[in-house]
Amino acid sequence: MSTAAFIVIAVLTLAGALAAASLLKLIHAALCLVLAFLGVAAFYFLLGAEFVGLVQVFVYVGAVAVLIVFTILLTRPAEETGGGFNWAGIMTAIAVFAGLMWAILGTPTLAVVAPQIEALTVKRIGEALMTDYVWPLQCVGLLLTAALIGGLILVMEEKR
Amino acid sequence: MTPTLQFCLIISAALFSIGLLAALSRRHAIFILIGIEMMLAAANLNFVAFWRFGPQPQPPTGVMVAIFSIAIAAAEAAVGLALVIAVYRHYRTTNVTKLDQLKG
Repeated sequence: MSTAAFIVIAVLTLAGALAAASLLKLIHAALCLVLAFLGVAAFYFLLGAEFVGLVQVFVYVGAVAVLIVFTILLTRPAEETGGGFNWAGIMTAIAVFAGLMWAILGTPTLAVVAPQIEALTVKRIGEALMTDYVWPLQCVGLLLTAALIGGLILVMEEKR
Repeated sequence: MTPTLQFCLIISAALFSIGLLAALSRRHAIFILIGIEMMLAAANLNFVAFWRFGPQPQPPTGVMVAIFSIAIAAAEAAVGLALVIAVYRHYRTTNVTKLDQLKG
């Protein structure tokens, strides 16, 4: 893990996230969100969790971003009116960030470097999913089915 | 110098705060969903970072939690965006400050 790569990816991710949170045009914000998600996926790759990075790219960049763009297109005339930010929200976010930074920087045991580990292969993840995590896996399957049906019912045209 | 756990936690805290900023200060429903997605991504980043920098248990718990969390976030995004479309059909707006019919 090289520090330079970490810093470049961190700057890209945070710039994309900040643009997604502050741009006025929705479609630009959605595209900047894709940049932020790609940065997070790159972090997973650097941290040695390649499978999570791939899942992040497939699910977020492939599905969620497309879903957001479709929703923007379907609710097209609803332009952001009035613009501007709610100052209370900005103050709350800054206060939360300051509190988190105080906690992180004030804990000396967090200043550890990564130990050497054996690579996390997809085989190990699959074995864990099929043995220790088989019950959560089934629950997630049920949840995804319920979310699919619920999403369809919500957007179905009402019969009159 | 190699990156420490603190570095990852600071990035994730910044991402969380930006998501909170988007969720609290924007008036458009889709921006609020974008903010929630960013906060979830920050939480996942923390899970993976603590897994990578901590002692290595068998099985890899942090990675597993991150995978399940991504699946649940996808379900949440699908239902949330369906709600935005349903609200838009009824009220012709996605501005959350105008959705005050239940206000006494």
